[in-house]
Amino acid sequence: MVTAQQETQDAVTDSDSYALRIEDLRVYYGTPRGTVKAVDGVSFNLKQGERFALVGESGSGKSTLAMAIMRLTREPGHIAGGHIYLNGRDLVEMNDREIRSIRLREMALVPQGAMNSLNPVMRVGDQIIDGIADHVLPGESPPNRGELQERVYDLLVRVGLDPSVARLHPHELSGGMKQRVAMAIAISLNPNIIVADEPTSALDVVVQRQIMQTLGRLQEGLDAAVLLVGHDMGLVAQFADTIGVMYAGKLVEVGSVPDVFKDPKHPYTQLLIESLPSFDISRQFVGIPGMQPALLNLPPGCSFNPRCPSVHERCFADVPDFLDIGIGRGVACHLYDEEVA
Amino acid sequence: MQDAATTDSAGGPPASSGAMPTGTFYQERIEPIFLYGRRNPSLIVGLGMLGGLLLFTIIGLLTYPDLDAYVSGGAPVKDKRIPPSWCTWCEDIVEREVDERPTFFQYPMGTDTQSRDLYATNLRGIPLTLGTGLIAGLLSVGIGTVTAFIAAYYRGLPDVLIRLLTDVGISIPGLLVLIIIRIQLGTELVWWQLGAGLAAVGWVFSSRTIRAQVLVLREQPYVEIARQSGMSGLAIIFREMMPNLIPYITASFVASVAGSILASIGLEALGLGDFSSPSLGMTIYWVIQFGAITLGMWWWWLFPLIAIVVIFVSLFLISAGLDEWSNPRLRRQI
Amino acid sequence: MSEFMRLDHVSRMFGGGAFSSKPPIVAVDDVSLTIDEDEPKITTIAGESGSGKTTLARLLMGTINPTLGTVYYRGNDFTNLSRRQSWDFKQEVQSIYQDPFGSYNPFYKVDHVLETPINRFKLATSRQAKMAMIEEALAMVGLQPGDTLGRFPHQLSGGQRQRIMVARALLIKPRLILADEPVSMVDASLRATILDSIRRLNREIGISVIYITHDLTTALQISDNILVMYRGSVVESGAVERVILEPKHPYSQLLIESIPQPDPDNKWGDEPPTPRFEDFDTMFGCKFADRCPHAMEVCNDDQPPAYHLEAHRQAQCYLYQDEASVMENPDLSSIFQDRRADLNV
Repeated sequence: MVTAQQETQDAVTDSDSYALRIEDLRVYYGTPRGTVKAVDGVSFNLKQGERFALVGESGSGKSTLAMAIMRLTREPGHIAGGHIYLNGRDLVEMNDREIRSIRLREMALVPQGAMNSLNPVMRVGDQIIDGIADHVLPGESPPNRGELQERVYDLLVRVGLDPSVARLHPHELSGGMKQRVAMAIAISLNPNIIVADEPTSALDVVVQRQIMQTLGRLQEGLDAAVLLVGHDMGLVAQFADTIGVMYAGKLVEVGSVPDVFKDPKHPYTQLLIESLPSFDISRQFVGIPGMQPALLNLPPGCSFNPRCPSVHERCFADVPDFLDIGIGRGVACHLYDEEVA
Repeated sequence: MQDAATTDSAGGPPASSGAMPTGTFYQERIEPIFLYGRRNPSLIVGLGMLGGLLLFTIIGLLTYPDLDAYVSGGAPVKDKRIPPSWCTWCEDIVEREVDERPTFFQYPMGTDTQSRDLYATNLRGIPLTLGTGLIAGLLSVGIGTVTAFIAAYYRGLPDVLIRLLTDVGISIPGLLVLIIIRIQLGTELVWWQLGAGLAAVGWVFSSRTIRAQVLVLREQPYVEIARQSGMSGLAIIFREMMPNLIPYITASFVASVAGSILASIGLEALGLGDFSSPSLGMTIYWVIQFGAITLGMWWWWLFPLIAIVVIFVSLFLISAGLDEWSNPRLRRQI
Repeated sequence: MSEFMRLDHVSRMFGGGAFSSKPPIVAVDDVSLTIDEDEPKITTIAGESGSGKTTLARLLMGTINPTLGTVYYRGNDFTNLSRRQSWDFKQEVQSIYQDPFGSYNPFYKVDHVLETPINRFKLATSRQAKMAMIEEALAMVGLQPGDTLGRFPHQLSGGQRQRIMVARALLIKPRLILADEPVSMVDASLRATILDSIRRLNREIGISVIYITHDLTTALQISDNILVMYRGSVVESGAVERVILEPKHPYSQLLIESIPQPDPDNKWGDEPPTPRFEDFDTMFGCKFADRCPHAMEVCNDDQPPAYHLEAHRQAQCYLYQDEASVMENPDLSSIFQDRRADLNV
């Protein structure tokens, strides 16, 4: 995957060839105590065929961002600004009907806890068919029953299930199998963006690995871009090409996975990587001191300043800009202000 | 909430959004009740309606002079079928001399064909009917809770027997059983006996609801932690589980009171009540017996009907208002 | 060696029965294990969901009875304890659960979980002694009484709640603690402190700990021994660093290889096969045979015995039938004995 990533990076110069372009996206929640800026001015790009992982602690805004990209933000949240360009069109400007025609066809979601997103009283095959039939474009003739059956079997085989699973109800399946069904629904109309929100959170390691490898196989088959949302740095290292680190609603670092793991720039990323569990017995447990601040009550300047080991005066005064520090590499930290200037 | 990030930095990482500074007893226990009331106006409206009805009754009972005039013969026979005294436009059905006309406050709800004072009758009837419901509700919930705990906490044979009893009890119409019992007994049931009878068939509903909740609660890790802390079975039931069951017990109680009042009125209207009692249900019975509607004596049936409607609507609003409290899924997190 | 809890050829089935159309699920399949009091250890039970790890732990905790075999508490049959013995057992075995919120009764302040055991087990004679005990226990897990006491559970963070549960165990000073995935619902940055305080319970107070987890990295960090379970059987067990760093059973190998290593240069191999979608418990032979890359004829016929591979390790796999002998003592703890002494040599 590393080589594929390099190739695309070199080849892509024209911004139109990005599969997904997020520009200064803001998602705010209105609460009785004030506005919560869950996603606050995030920009990044996804190339065709790229695997982009968005990581961060719970509450960092990563899932909110993923939902906003799917235009599934729920009340009291709303997109307060910015643009989401999918194949050149801005999703933020679209109405609900236009969005529906794009979901599943151009971008699909493998939801968090997908095993609970299936309808318990409907056979698996019918649920996949429903997804396809629901997204028939106006003026397009719906596929007939036989064709649909054929497609369901094909999809189930592609996600690594036996076609006979189509006749079963969700409660007859294991967690991993349900997750595979959710993936089958997601790829049913060959989208070119797959958003996977913690797709393996409640699964055992072996099943998790199988699911992630299946997702990788499907992504390669479709040449789709994947936006993986998660907190497990191990999964990111195993799966993704590019990593984006979120902290308190902001993107603090972006880079290719090998670069970021070898040479993390932002102090938060450094701590995140240092605190990873490993099989090295001699190492003591390390955690990141402190906790993410409440989004309603962010410290002035850089949000990470209360926990940052390399904090200095500027960090309390100014919010750091997102700096471009190399090909596909960026960081939002005052430590690199001079380097760039 | 404002200083969440600063309150507990000394002992380790400060809690994030979940942490709140501790407040006074008022902030922790009393203020939430008001906040709850503001979010659930139906509870307030329901309690207000019920309170209004009780206030009306109590003031009436304390101030009306001829309270027992409803007893047959208590009022002059010539005073029968008088429309409410304030109703100056009402046509009097019985011809009367001018000086025999009642004064303005004499019969505020008129009289019936037996020359009973209906205002006094209703003042006596409302507490009787509410009392029947209250007795039935208390007994139902009491029996229901005890059986639910025996069944759900101890399981085994007691559970099988109690479940069998409740399943049978729910599937056969309780009112029918009561009618048969009443006919077999042959005696008239006074208000509290009627309440007890209703509880005897109504407890199964409470038992079933509460049993389901106890089954959920006993699987909670904190119940196992309490057991490992050396608490006995009874202590676990009363100290760990009961406080968390109060919302369900309250909801079950309100439903039970409403159901019992409805059933008691039904039984009395069928003529199976206490004939010497002026309860709302018995008033309805006499209304039917004497054909008050065809006689045009609207005041006879309208006022008890209003009281019954107020009771039901207020109980319904109260139980709807308590729904958020007893149903964690509906409970809004603020 | 003085035994605290002993499982003697214990099996536990669920379901089945005369009125069920499905065969019973064998959650624990013939396990013998002793929890030793003189040499308190942290023992990890690892395995995927449905492997029987929680059932095995619950058998050790006495919360469920075995279908076959016997559970002994200090040498006495567990189903036949005197009143006195049952009361002692209650105090000597404690749990720390996965969900630090569910362990608290939402009706009470957090003080309740600390005060109840002191009152019930009469651990303190006066109010002052009680407060001193609570404060000492909180200090040991790194909490300030002022920050935690007098609050309701929802007013504390998950990490604080879980550390109070550890403090509670500290107060009671049991002989055995069951920690069932104690950090899986806690933010990663807080896991270290909780695991560290659990380790101190073992090292400083001498409490045996059963650590149930699917997270083998933390298992390696805190435990001495490990049991790897697969569909009710302990397929491999032994010294934790031997089993995790050099797994011998093909299932342990798959399990450990599948842990996503945070190292982009060390990626997963090919996608492993999924289990056959059938009723496994009616099968004969090794339960892993259908997914095993090394499966042989014999694997489908008979369940493999435990082979004693080295001083502190066994594996139930025919791959080792030539190089190792079958364990004479079926009790798995026989391979855990004198572990620390050996490590120091």
